[in-house]
Amino acid sequence: MNPNQHPYPVKAEARKLNFFYGLVQALKAIDMPLYERQVTALIGPSGCGKSTFLRCFNRMHDLYPGNRYEGEIVFHPDNTNLLSTEVDPIEVRMRIGMVFQKPNPFPKSIFENVAYGLRVRGERNRRVLDDKVEQSLKDAALWNEVKDRLKDMAFNLSGGQQQRLCIARALATDPELLLFDEPTSALDPIATASIEELMHDLKKRVTILIVTHNMQQAARISDHTAYMYLGDLIEFGKTDEIFIKPRDKRTEDYITGRLS
Amino acid sequence: MVQQDKTADIHAVIRRGKRWDYLFAAIGLICLAFGLLTVLVLVGKMGLEGLDRLSLDFFTSYPSRRAANAGILSAWVGSVLVMLVTAFAAVPLGVGAGVYLEEYAKKNWVTDIIEINITNLAAVPSIVYGLLALGIFVYQFGFGGSILSAGLTLALLILPIVIVATREAIRAIPGAMREGSMALGATKWQTVRYHILPYSMPGILTGIIIGLARAIGETAPIITIGALTFIAFLPPLPLVEGAGLFDWVMSPFTVMPIQMFNWTSRPEEAFQINAGAAGFVLVVMTLGMNALAIWLRYRLRKNIKW
Ligand SMILES: Nc1ncnc2c1ncn2[C@@H]1O[C@H](COP(=O)(O)OP(=O)(O)OP(=O)(O)O)[C@@H](O)[C@H]1O
Ligand SMILES: [Mg+2]
Repeated sequence: MNPNQHPYPVKAEARKLNFFYGLVQALKAIDMPLYERQVTALIGPSGCGKSTFLRCFNRMHDLYPGNRYEGEIVFHPDNTNLLSTEVDPIEVRMRIGMVFQKPNPFPKSIFENVAYGLRVRGERNRRVLDDKVEQSLKDAALWNEVKDRLKDMAFNLSGGQQQRLCIARALATDPELLLFDEPTSALDPIATASIEELMHDLKKRVTILIVTHNMQQAARISDHTAYMYLGDLIEFGKTDEIFIKPRDKRTEDYITGRLS
Repeated sequence: MVQQDKTADIHAVIRRGKRWDYLFAAIGLICLAFGLLTVLVLVGKMGLEGLDRLSLDFFTSYPSRRAANAGILSAWVGSVLVMLVTAFAAVPLGVGAGVYLEEYAKKNWVTDIIEINITNLAAVPSIVYGLLALGIFVYQFGFGGSILSAGLTLALLILPIVIVATREAIRAIPGAMREGSMALGATKWQTVRYHILPYSMPGILTGIIIGLARAIGETAPIITIGALTFIAFLPPLPLVEGAGLFDWVMSPFTVMPIQMFNWTSRPEEAFQINAGAAGFVLVVMTLGMNALAIWLRYRLRKNIKW
């Protein structure tokens, strides 16, 4: 697919991306665009490489020895290859945020959790911190629930609140791309609904890539969907098309199997 | 009918299995009681023997040729000051090394060898550290038989304890914390400074205090480097009477276990009582430190949950 013919600008683009855990190849020659201010969902059976792919975008694999990338992830508008050895992974993570499967607030106050990304960037001005924390909590639809107890420890929040706190934490630094790895799999349906609603609002300003096991969720929130299988990208396209009229038999089997 | 047979069988199996539970619980209890009683009797005997001497005077008097006048002033002050030096040397070195090994060191064979050596260091007899210190601190560096030499020697002795405690405390931190921090663009140092160190602090503090509790009772290496057995003055107070801020570290000294040893080797019965009293104080100091470790850990852990 030629991304230039697409109505949306491309935010990032994987080109011939291979990934290896030691000698084991987990991703095989993946070519895929992420469109700006769109939600792209990654689906596929357990162990197919969804998390592995997602974590390439913010160079999370650099934290562990023995991992190796091949190919490129080109980030627009500046055409940086995120995987280049000349690009500092810290710079990459400053531009790309991530929300994990299990809510992982730091054992610090609610305020400090959200302010952390700013502190890391050297922000000391109390006013700036206050404003930014408030704005991020509002953007994460958590402000009204926590505004009177910003000094409370974050682990006293409910699971759904914790996950929204983690989203606020990621938003505080104005990321250009947000990565979500099954962000609602540890939450109940109501908390899940609130996070889905949140993502719908967020995509006005940020590009989103989300891994999900929940087909309904993918259908509800994403504009584009990618189906992966055993480290291969089998099919990528508009979510409507993938769900209604998949081109590949394997995609169809997976989706019908999961939906019925 | 068949069902009833089955249930009866199951009951028999459970009964047989539980017999071992009871047996083991009984054996374990006896072992525990044996160890506990021995310690209690020892400490109790010491305390009772020394009870007569345990007065304020005992803590504020220098040793003396007359048992009834002798006290442990120079010994407990010496012990406290030596511990101070030990802590100041062992804490930064041990915590620094532990953090480096866990967070920065590449996992290769060099690191493996270092790791094995550190674990083994904990098993080296303390007298060997004494000999090492005699050569290095006392003669090579010219520190003599001073508080500084003793503190550094004991710091070497407890270094492995502090390193191992640091590493274990760090390993107990979930990887999700590290990933969460790094994912926000933090550097390694920022992650260590804002997360790894604070979250591992309860464990590290416990390790430090347990190390110090071990060091305070050490005798052999301190004798080796030439601590005095009879001393009737205190190290110079900092900035008093023309003394410098750190003059006290070069002062000759004695410590509690040496004072005890000195008294037990006297023929007179009265000195044995002194030794018992001093021993009791030393045990209380050690137990006090352990209690402090437990309390600190409890207090600090309350704020850390994941
Ligand atoms: N740290 C690792 N070392 C070696 N192999 C790994 C590692 N992490 C994942 N793998 C392997 O890589 C493949 C892809 O794993 P990945 O976690 O990306 O799957 P996933 O699609 O996210 O699955 P799930 O839906 O269960 O989360 C799997 O075969 C997995 O066993
Ligand atoms: Mg996964």
